[in-house]
Amino acid sequence: MKIVVCVKQVPDTKGGVKFNPDGTLDRGAMLAIMNPDDKAGLEAALRIKDETGAEVTVLTMGLPKAEEVLREAIAMGADKGILVTDRVLGGADTWATSTTLAGALRNLDYDLIITGRQAIDGDTAQVGPQISEHLDIPVISYAKDIKIEGDCVVVQRQYDDRYHVLKAKMPCLVTALSELNEPRYMTPGGIFDAYDAEITVWGRADLKDVDDANLGLSGSPTKIAKASDKVRKGAGEKVELDPDESVNYIMGKLKEKHVI
Amino acid sequence: MDFTLSKKHEMARQLFKDFAETEVKPMAQEVDETEHFPMDNVKKMGKYGFMGIPVPKEYGGQGCDILTYVMCVEELSKVCGTTGVIVSAHTSLCADPILTYGTEEQKKKYLPDLASGKKIGAFGLTEPGAGTDAQGVQTKAVLDGDEWVLNGSKCFITNGEVADVYIVIAYTDIVEGKKGRKVKKFSAFIVEKGTPGFSFGTKEKKMGIRGSSTYELIFQDCRIPKDALLGPQGRGFPIAMHTLDGGRIGIAAQALGIAEGALERTIEYTKERKQFGRSISAQQNTQFQLADMATKVEAAKHLVYKAAMKKQEFAEGAKVSYSVEAAMAKLYAAEVAMEVTTKAVQLHGGYGYIREYDVERMMRDAKITEIYEGTSEVQRMVISGALLK
Repeated sequence: MKIVVCVKQVPDTKGGVKFNPDGTLDRGAMLAIMNPDDKAGLEAALRIKDETGAEVTVLTMGLPKAEEVLREAIAMGADKGILVTDRVLGGADTWATSTTLAGALRNLDYDLIITGRQAIDGDTAQVGPQISEHLDIPVISYAKDIKIEGDCVVVQRQYDDRYHVLKAKMPCLVTALSELNEPRYMTPGGIFDAYDAEITVWGRADLKDVDDANLGLSGSPTKIAKASDKVRKGAGEKVELDPDESVNYIMGKLKEKHVI
Repeated sequence: MDFTLSKKHEMARQLFKDFAETEVKPMAQEVDETEHFPMDNVKKMGKYGFMGIPVPKEYGGQGCDILTYVMCVEELSKVCGTTGVIVSAHTSLCADPILTYGTEEQKKKYLPDLASGKKIGAFGLTEPGAGTDAQGVQTKAVLDGDEWVLNGSKCFITNGEVADVYIVIAYTDIVEGKKGRKVKKFSAFIVEKGTPGFSFGTKEKKMGIRGSSTYELIFQDCRIPKDALLGPQGRGFPIAMHTLDGGRIGIAAQALGIAEGALERTIEYTKERKQFGRSISAQQNTQFQLADMATKVEAAKHLVYKAAMKKQEFAEGAKVSYSVEAAMAKLYAAEVAMEVTTKAVQLHGGYGYIREYDVERMMRDAKITEIYEGTSEVQRMVISGALLK
């Protein structure tokens, strides 16, 4: 069995957020980590590997320094890493990113593709499902449990107050929630091996069946008009009233602010 | 000469830091307060390879270098001195002498379980009447047929009761020395827990590193197989001294970590603590104290890493001694740990004296680093001995 896990290097939320003049993130200037949902997806793949001996390949698109997350994944137990990096691919929105990743995935054999639900820097949750559309395979999103049964994958898909159990024939794509599991730590020996391992680096020329019009900043339908850091909210108002008084108080406040 | 860590060492440090912050730090206060050996975390560290970092992969270890091991002890000790010494004593004082002096059979028998943390290691040299003065050792081993018979006791043994594999130094012969004096000849042995005649005495109640299991080991007609001898018969003293050279690098790393941990807490605290309308970090006294603390910590780090790299040369086959580097690293890092933690408590004011604040524990933990595996005075003897020979 072959699993490809798509991971993204994202800014560490503990560090500051910096922007380029065009409004895109200045990733080179920020501390970086493996996106938490992707890491849970990787852990799910590694657990399948522990049980079945599956081969786990990790794929990322980003700046050259994004190879760090591939080495981290190898140090956790992944078998190989592929970095897609090219200047013409920079500034991509979800459409251009999924087009790029699908172009890379067409070069690979896979039974299962796992992506994170969404990245903490964009929060769109679009790239995983878009990849499945490009590759014309089924997708199950918001996985809180992933099991392999024969040539099928059985997934618990998270909903607000319940979960659905869905079964899909492989090859298929699953998007993982960070709640899926507690990712393992790397091992020191794994880190040493990861730095001896060769990372495959692909550029635009290595992408299969993709159109330049759908790549990079120019191929991105989403245009960022303006980006800013989170605006801090002021401290809320705390009142201690009995339930009836509370309702009247809240209604009064909402009317006062012309919300209702 | 390059003072920059390689990317793989940076990543390893991040791993140890994440583990220490997530798994070890939340337990540190309770471990100290209750004198509870953190077995769950030791098992976790075993699972992730922390108990066999410099052990070659062929013996089930991680196959990493001494610097990586040192950074592990350092990062653990930043949040918990107890956890730091557990790894240090296990790795430097038990796995390392087996790796260095063991036969192929001994390495295959013991190292995989030690490296995976399935078994814990300890080392017994010190006795009530013998610390630095090894000639005071009373524990005796006599060959009786195919077995050695051990009699005597060891005290202040780290990982004492929790360990499974012990390196024990005992005398096996008395010969006439140069001046006609009787001189004991020592040998090293591997003793397993559960061997009849091997039991535990008093558990020590300590000032610091209170979660570490410090016990007396008692041998009463304890019979161990002939092949439990580690290294050549009569070479126990150099084996013990060489083992302690390595151990001192581990303790130096522990001291360095404790100092760094105390410095980090103090920087945070002095920014938050307000007196006379501004944070105490705005006071020049605080700034100068922090500057001195940080400078000494950095100097200690260089000595510790240098000693680690010298031991690495030895591990890779070079015929070099790292005795002086290890002694300098331990001497300086331990004294810096004591000084920095004392200043950290002072800068915390009354809160620094309260158990709720980490620096109180760190100051108590720091003290032992000036004492065990050779006191600061012994390190000065080693260093000056090399200078004046």
